[in-house]
Amino acid sequence: MGAGTPPPPGVGTIGAVPSFSARVDITHLPGIADPAGATVERALPALGYTNVSQVHVGKTIRLVVEADSAQAARTQVEEMCERLLANPVIEAYEVTVS
Amino acid sequence: MSARIGVVLFPGTNCEQDVVWVFERLGARAEILWHGDATTKAVDAVVVPGGFAHGDYLRTGAIARFSPVMQAVAEHAAAGGPVVGICNGFQVLCEAHLLPGALQRNAGMKFLCETVELRVETTETVLTNQAEPGQVLRIPINHFEGNYVCDAATLARLRDEDRVVVRYVDNPNGSLDDIAGICNEGRNVVGLMPHPERASDEILGSADGLVMLRSVLASVSATV
Repeated sequence: MGAGTPPPPGVGTIGAVPSFSARVDITHLPGIADPAGATVERALPALGYTNVSQVHVGKTIRLVVEADSAQAARTQVEEMCERLLANPVIEAYEVTVS
Repeated sequence: MSARIGVVLFPGTNCEQDVVWVFERLGARAEILWHGDATTKAVDAVVVPGGFAHGDYLRTGAIARFSPVMQAVAEHAAAGGPVVGICNGFQVLCEAHLLPGALQRNAGMKFLCETVELRVETTETVLTNQAEPGQVLRIPINHFEGNYVCDAATLARLRDEDRVVVRYVDNPNGSLDDIAGICNEGRNVVGLMPHPERASDEILGSADGLVMLRSVLASVSATV
């Protein structure tokens, strides 16, 4: 698959078990400082973008999960977020399953 | 019998030999605890040293937390044994929930490598029992993710329970409340971003870190 060609959306299969694409968007919890966002926000005016505020820099994790249903996949990815993918002490996460 | 200090080695740790060297110089026996072995070998105190455990992938300390040795470190801590996390070790202890809060990238997004001044805020910990309250120590920092953060309730608790162990005199990294190091409720688990082992001889520019390492040994002799 070449660069720029996204995997096909929706339900796929790995063997006999359905698989689901999941995306995890991780951001800072409200009230937790975001140094990368603040630095980007300070850099943009140098390029003439003086009308920008509230810049946040987070991270995205994409994964494919074999599961019986989209809901089962979501539940499992949310568990992964709590245990490893995010740090709930300072980060919020949003799981999108397709 | 000399104190036995266990120094945890993850893939990517790079300060373990410095810590071993200093403790041996102070008369202790120091030994490496490999991260894949689920034991602290019954040492008297555990140090989680600096470096880049498991490459710091995902987040600093996020993967290291699951290394087999960490369960043994948690048991050692639960039994009241001294545990000190230095720099990356502090990050690991936070991810392992042995200490509250987290360390994120420095305000200003700069890697910092300089000697800073720290003020000792409490002497009732395994890392500061030989220091004087309010004593200012010159100790190097060497980190990108040293910016301590936690929620308001946690910060209030740390203050109320006198668990901020050292503060920066001149905050270099944006840490909440100038926090450079904290301890757990039992005061036997301490994490700090500065490297006391790198301030262990005048030839290094400062020997101010020795009082911290001697404190660890004093806490061991008090409990053994």
